Amino acid sequence: MPVEIYLNVAASGLLTGLVYGLMALGLSVIFGVVRVVNFAHGEMMTLAMFLTLVLFNALKLDPLVLMVPVAAVMFVLGYLMQAGLINPFINRPEHSQFMLLVAIALVLVNVQLIVFGPDAQGIRTRYSFDSFKLGPLVTDASKVYAAGAALVVAAALFAFFRFTLLGKAIRACADNYDGARVVGLNVKRLYALTFGIGSACVGAAGAMLMVVSDVTPAIGPANTLLAFVIVITGGLGSMPGALLGGLLIGLTEALGGVLFTPSAKSMFAFALLVLVLLFRPQGILGRRET
Amino acid sequence: MIARLLEGVPRRGLAALGALLLLLLVFPAFASGYLLSVGFLILHFAFVGQAWNIMMGFAGQLSLGHSLYVGLGAYAAAALYVHFGISPWIGLGASVGVAMIAGAVLGFLAFRFGVAGVYFAILTIAFAEFARIGFDHFSWVQGSSGFFLPVANYTTNDLWNLRGSPKMFYYLMLAMSVAAFVACHALLRSRMGYYWQAIRESPEAAQALGVNVFRYKMAAVVISAAMTSLAGVVFAFYYNNLFPEQIFHISRSIELILGPIIGGIGTLVGPLVGALLLTGLAEGMREAMLQLGVEVPGVKQVFYGICLLLVVMFLPHGVWPPLARHLGLERGAGRREER
Repeated sequence: MPVEIYLNVAASGLLTGLVYGLMALGLSVIFGVVRVVNFAHGEMMTLAMFLTLVLFNALKLDPLVLMVPVAAVMFVLGYLMQAGLINPFINRPEHSQFMLLVAIALVLVNVQLIVFGPDAQGIRTRYSFDSFKLGPLVTDASKVYAAGAALVVAAALFAFFRFTLLGKAIRACADNYDGARVVGLNVKRLYALTFGIGSACVGAAGAMLMVVSDVTPAIGPANTLLAFVIVITGGLGSMPGALLGGLLIGLTEALGGVLFTPSAKSMFAFALLVLVLLFRPQGILGRRET
Repeated sequence: MIARLLEGVPRRGLAALGALLLLLLVFPAFASGYLLSVGFLILHFAFVGQAWNIMMGFAGQLSLGHSLYVGLGAYAAAALYVHFGISPWIGLGASVGVAMIAGAVLGFLAFRFGVAGVYFAILTIAFAEFARIGFDHFSWVQGSSGFFLPVANYTTNDLWNLRGSPKMFYYLMLAMSVAAFVACHALLRSRMGYYWQAIRESPEAAQALGVNVFRYKMAAVVISAAMTSLAGVVFAFYYNNLFPEQIFHISRSIELILGPIIGGIGTLVGPLVGALLLTGLAEGMREAMLQLGVEVPGVKQVFYGICLLLVVMFLPHGVWPPLARHLGLERGAGRREER
C-alpha cells in the first residue's frame, strides 16, 4: 500500500481524535474538580447526539450551530444531576459513587433505546461529501469542520478556567476542598456548575460527532470506555492531557484499523491503555497524586 | 473442621440457612420448566456474586470486568469439548487455569505499579473488552459468529459430559453455590480473610503491620477469577452457545455484580439475597409485561438501573445488613463503617 493511504488515515484519525478529545475533556474536568468518575459519560454523549438529530430534523440547521442549544441543554442536565444525585455522594467511598453512575448510565442508555430504537441514524449536511486536498492528503470536509469546532470549544474552556473569576474559583475547589470552603466558596454549587460544564463539553462533542458519524444507543457504553481510555492515557484531571490522549487514541485506532481489520481497532486503544498504566499510571501529562 | 466452621454462627441463622437449603432442594419437584430456569439463573448469579465478593467485599478491589473470567472459563471448556471431546470435568482444569493466569496478569500489572481505585476498575474493564474484541477474531472458536455446542435430546442425564435436563444443571449449580458459600465463610475466617479485611479497610495500615499487601491482593484476584470461571463452564454447557459480544460484554459484568451490591457487599448472604431479589423481580416484571402485551426492549434494564439507584442512595450497605439486624441474625460480617 502506498504511503499516502497511511498519511490520509492518520490525518483522519487525528481529526476524529480531536472530537474524542473534547468529549474526554468533559470527563477530565469533572474528575479533576468533583473527583467523581462520570461512568455515564458516553451515554450522555449519545443523548446529545440524539438531541442534535431531533433538532436537525425539526429546524434543518447545521449541527455545528445546533451545538450551542445542545450544549446548553446538557449543561442544565449535568447541573441537575450533580446537584440532585451526586452531591450527596461526595464523601461516600469510591465504589459507591461508581455504582450510582453505573445506575444512571443504565437508565440513560435504555431510555434512549426505548425512545429512539436500536437502529443507526445519521444526518446529511450539504458538505457531507466535500473534501479538502492538501498535497497528497485528502480529508473529509466534515471532519475538518468538526475538529475545528472542537479546538474552538477547548480553547474557550481553557480561557474560562485561566482567566475568569468563576473558573479560578472552580480550580480552587479542585486544589483544596477544605480551603475553598474556608474562603467562603459554595463548593456544592461550584461542583454542580463543573458537572454542568463537563456535560456541556460532551454536548458540544456530541453535536460535532453527529456530523461525522451515525448514532445508536449501543455506542454509549463504548464511548464511556473510550473517554476513560483517553483521559487515563493523557492523565486524569489534566486538560491538555485529554486532548493529547484524544489525538493519540484517534491515531492508534485509525492506523490499527487499516493495518489489521477495522473491527479490531479498539483493541489497539486498550493495548495503549495497558502500556500507559504500566509505565506511567498517572498518564502522559498527569501529575502523581500523593 | 465442621465444628470450627460452625463456631460463632448464631443458631437462628443456621436454622434459617438449613430451611432455605431444604426449600431449594425440593424446589424442582414443584417448579415448572420456566421456574426451574429462573431458579438456575438465581443460583448462577448467587455463585458469581459470591466469587466477585471475594475481591470487592473481602479485599476491597473493585472489579468491573468479571465477565472476562466467565467468558474465558466458558470458552476453554467448550472448545476442549467440541474440538477434542474432552469432558468438561477435565476441561474445567483448563478453564480455571486460563482464568487464573488472566487474573494473575491483571493483578500483577495493577498492584505492581500502584494502579488502584478507579484506575484498577477501569483496567479490569479494559481487559474484558480486550478479550471481547480478541475473541471476535479468534477463528478457532468461530469468532463473532458464535460458538455452538452440539445439542442432543435430553432423555438421559450424562453428568460426565454435562449433557442433560435443566434439573441436572439446577442441582449442579445448587451444589456449587453451597460449596461457594461454605468456602467463602471459611475464607473469611482464615488468616488470609483477616488480612484481606485489613487491606480493605486500610492498605497502608495493613502494610505497616507486616501484611504482604501485594501477595494477598493477588491471591484475592486469582481465587475470585478461578471461582468465576467455573460458573462460565456451567454457563457454556447450559446454554450451548457462546457469543463474545454477549459473554464478555461490560453489561454482563455489571449484571453479575448487581446482586452482591444490592444484597450487601462483603456479606455472605448478600449475593444470594441480591440474586433472588433482582432475578425474581426482573422475571416477574417480564411475565407481567407479557401478560399486558407490552414488548419494549430495554424496560428491564431501566428497571435494573432504578433499583440500583434506589439501593445505592438509601441502603448504602445493601439490603441484607439491615434485614439481618431486623431478623436478629446479624453477627457483623459486612462493612459497617461510615467514611
